Amino acid sequence: MHTLMRQMLISAALLGLFAVLGTGMVAVTHEATAERIAANHRARLLRSLHLLVTPDMHDNDLINDMITVTDPEWLGTDKPVRVWRARKQGKPVAVIINSVAPDGYNGRIELLVAIRADGTLLGVRVVGHQETPGLGDAIDASKSDWVHEFDNRSLNNPDKKGWKVKRDGGVFDQFTGATITPRAVVKAVYKTLVYFEKHQDELFQQPARPVEAIQHE
Amino acid sequence: MSNSSYRHIINDGLWHNNPALVQILGLCPLLAVTNTVINALGLGLATTVTLVASNGTVSLIRRWVRPEIRIPVFVLIIASIVTAIELVMNAFFHELYLILGIFIPLIVTNCSIMARAESFASKNPLLPSLTDGLFMGLGFTGVLLVLGALRESLGFGTLLAHADLMFGELGKAMTVTLWENYRGYLLAVLPPGAFLGLGLIIALKNVIDRRQARKAETVTAPGGETATA
Repeated sequence: MHTLMRQMLISAALLGLFAVLGTGMVAVTHEATAERIAANHRARLLRSLHLLVTPDMHDNDLINDMITVTDPEWLGTDKPVRVWRARKQGKPVAVIINSVAPDGYNGRIELLVAIRADGTLLGVRVVGHQETPGLGDAIDASKSDWVHEFDNRSLNNPDKKGWKVKRDGGVFDQFTGATITPRAVVKAVYKTLVYFEKHQDELFQQPARPVEAIQHE
Repeated sequence: MSNSSYRHIINDGLWHNNPALVQILGLCPLLAVTNTVINALGLGLATTVTLVASNGTVSLIRRWVRPEIRIPVFVLIIASIVTAIELVMNAFFHELYLILGIFIPLIVTNCSIMARAESFASKNPLLPSLTDGLFMGLGFTGVLLVLGALRESLGFGTLLAHADLMFGELGKAMTVTLWENYRGYLLAVLPPGAFLGLGLIIALKNVIDRRQARKAETVTAPGGETATA
């Protein structure tokens, strides 16, 4: 009985020792890489924002001039949506709204919609999707030019009836064999524009969220 | 350990007991990320590093770990190593890390790593265990690369596209476009292409093995006393 107890304790101690060693190794690696990983995330984010709002268009700290807003009806998700504000000499230039098309063929399609202060579109980029390769993924700017159809559009160009794919009587192209994907993106971009029209002033005036809160997301 | 047994370990890993073609282990990442050569190479190398590190560690501690707790200890070791590799990849190969995504942490569940720890490293000294890990990993990477090349050339008409994710600026020049204006072949890109491709590669290996066995038979035949094996 005594020896059995001893055996069990030794086994438990060994197991505990390995758990401590393993966790220690992960902790050390984390400590050594954390800064670089955070820098990678920021650089990648800034790169995608700069595709829409070029560096010469703004002089503020674009990444950190950010707020979050929640509006499930117009922004496509019940989670907080990030909005970056671009300003030049303190004047509003554009916003980039990280809205979502919830009804893609294969789940949600995450967008960056850049809108000038006058309500026209600077451009749209798809930053996350699971659409079918070769069919629906033409929404990706690296696969086709389709997403540039949105450049310089606004709520009046085309009018409400035109904000649909051609098959539904609108002005935007669909893809051969994939209508659901472009339909979802067109609808989401339109809704984001409507949201911007309604909330434009708040979007620019709201104070930016503290940087630490953003980094932990 | 003699040279011949090292040769045996190397042959086992690369061919006779190849984790992907013979043991058929680690299919989930194997099938999921082999749509391009660079993805295959990234995951293959990460798996190889894990195999070498876990085999080495398991071999070093094999005398201390009691049999009844060896499995949880192996799991702990493998999980720690993979998490560390994931962090390092996130820091230094960020773009590639984003593409390989969930499949890096999933290396933990690649059964070939556990299988090598249990069936080889826990019974052998350090050097043979490291060799076994390295060549099992390279055998796995080799199959990933062949499948990746097959699917990328058929699916996208290129080879080594996005090599810059791994080799930096140098990589941009490495991309080979096999056919200009290739329209793409969807089946090769989608998961069924991976299953068909792997099936074909296994079939090819079996054909080669059989042909060699037959050749060996005909060589011994003139002696007149061939055993019926």
